[in-house]
Amino acid sequence: MTYFLQQFLNALQLGSIYALIALGYTMVYGILTMINFAHGDLFMIGAFFCFIAAGLLKLPFVPTLLISMAGVALLGVAIERVAYKPLRNAPRVSAIITALGVGLFLENFTLVFSPYPQSVPTLIPNQTWMLGPVSISSLQIIIVLLSIGLMILLDLIVQKTMIGMAMRAISWDKAIVPLMGVPLNLIISITFAIGTSLGAAAGVMYAQAFPVIDPYMGIMVGWKAFISAVVGGIGNIRGAMIGGFILGLVEIMVAAFMPSTYRDFVAFALLLVLLIFRPHGILGKPRPQKV
Amino acid sequence: MKQPSSAFTVWRARWETIANNRKALPILLVLGLLLSFAIPQFNLVNPYIQLIIMYVGINIILTTSLNLINGYMGEFSVGHAGFMAVGAYASAVLTTQVLPSELNPWLFPLVVLAGGIAAGLVGLVVAIPSFRTRGDYLAIVTLAFNMIVKSIIENIEAIGGPRGIPGVEKLTTLPWTFFWTVLAVWVIRNFIYSNHGRGVISIREDEIASDLMSVNTRQAKLLAFTISSFFAGIAGALFAHLLQFISPRVFDIIKSTDILIMVYLGGIGSITGSVLGATIYTVLLEVLRPLGMWRMVLMPLVLVLLMLFRPRGIMGLREFRWLIPLQDLLGSKRWRQKKEASDATPAN
Repeated sequence: MTYFLQQFLNALQLGSIYALIALGYTMVYGILTMINFAHGDLFMIGAFFCFIAAGLLKLPFVPTLLISMAGVALLGVAIERVAYKPLRNAPRVSAIITALGVGLFLENFTLVFSPYPQSVPTLIPNQTWMLGPVSISSLQIIIVLLSIGLMILLDLIVQKTMIGMAMRAISWDKAIVPLMGVPLNLIISITFAIGTSLGAAAGVMYAQAFPVIDPYMGIMVGWKAFISAVVGGIGNIRGAMIGGFILGLVEIMVAAFMPSTYRDFVAFALLLVLLIFRPHGILGKPRPQKV
Repeated sequence: MKQPSSAFTVWRARWETIANNRKALPILLVLGLLLSFAIPQFNLVNPYIQLIIMYVGINIILTTSLNLINGYMGEFSVGHAGFMAVGAYASAVLTTQVLPSELNPWLFPLVVLAGGIAAGLVGLVVAIPSFRTRGDYLAIVTLAFNMIVKSIIENIEAIGGPRGIPGVEKLTTLPWTFFWTVLAVWVIRNFIYSNHGRGVISIREDEIASDLMSVNTRQAKLLAFTISSFFAGIAGALFAHLLQFISPRVFDIIKSTDILIMVYLGGIGSITGSVLGATIYTVLLEVLRPLGMWRMVLMPLVLVLLMLFRPRGIMGLREFRWLIPLQDLLGSKRWRQKKEASDATPAN
């Protein structure tokens, strides 16, 4: 039981990172119905910003986080403007392939400048407390609390502000809403900025939790976050949070109670079973099909 | 005004006569077959280029077969390397562990066929979820399938686990690659222009409507997935016996992304496009090798630029005319004449 609780804490930590990245996928999907496959690599860029700010400029944690989030948000908006905007009316797959291309570009561009894995200095003083038999580290607390805080903030933005209302309206109908005077391009840029900066925050936390980073780290984490977004019901913000925590929990528990090489196998098999029973994810609603 | 593009128009006319000449096909095939025997026999080009030609052939099989699902059926399958892995492992186990090694060169076509059949059977299993889910959710199913295949292979000690199978005999030769490539392209082209193929294309256009028009969509999906994964398995078998070493890591999601890029580079829904896309991508990667690491930066940029300026890829939804069966060509010609006639005399 103690072991289970301990692993549950680890699962919370991993799950909150997955959830933060999944939010970026799901926000972009909700507005553009486009899968931004470069998002996993933006997460990687976020981790590398953390390496630059913390390792080379020797900044503390909060400025590092802010620099990384701002930098990646700018990059995300620039990518949207340059690569995705011209394809808004093109076939959907062209945009997806462009996203894959952008992702590959980011990976290999980083690889040229950092061919070897880099180690990131720890910014959070490592302290552990014992809660009964379970030990909690300061890093775990910060990661979980910060991610939950960011998620609540996002939920408030989407549900309570004018910008959030515009986002929800655009995801409802992209053709009519701009006619009502909603600035479509601005809202899409803001969505990209928020989504990618959440990914960057996840990147910084990931680099703190697993301090060796390399340019290809975004691939697997990105695909897994994409899977969590789909499990929660893609396009649904609360679904992405739930999906991220579920995937983190499943992965950690399989690794804890079975041979760890079965981790991917069991996690993905569970996903398939879930998709058989709920083909549109946990919170997703099936869209009516018209002929 | 001078005509600046006179040379261009001349070349364009020549190109079109070549591209539309039906006699070109048998000539090209015979020439290709002769060359595929002659090149290794007389060492016409150095072994490195021969190797690249064989990779081009394998990539053409992979791209054409994935185009059947992603281009003609309109789904988004991202796990093609998983089928390739099944074919590669099935055939490599046969040649290294089951069959006596002196018989291997003679039984090689059967071994490749066995790899294809194994992958085709697995493709049947993946087709079943496609009855209920579509679009992004089916993409997840295929993605999960790819990772599950990799994970299962890693956990079976008898086939090397994560270390893979070293020392596979080099049995893939230029004539065999040529044979299987032509076979794959030919079968998939005939399938697309058959009745079943029309069913597959109608699923892309509108699944519910085609169901209402009494297309057996389940059967069409099963067929498309099985044929596609069968040829992916064949490509995998050829790949294993060319590379001479396979491990689960070769067949991960990055390999699948490579195949996807080749499909969309060439253009969806076009066999000519798949052949061109696979050839251009493979050759370009080799030609740019002197650039070192920057080549991997340049390639995605080229892809993004291509998508920005030609979102449908090189040949999207178009075809060289000699690849289209004659009766379809005549049919579309008759249809166009009728349409022009009705356009000329509008009915009130």
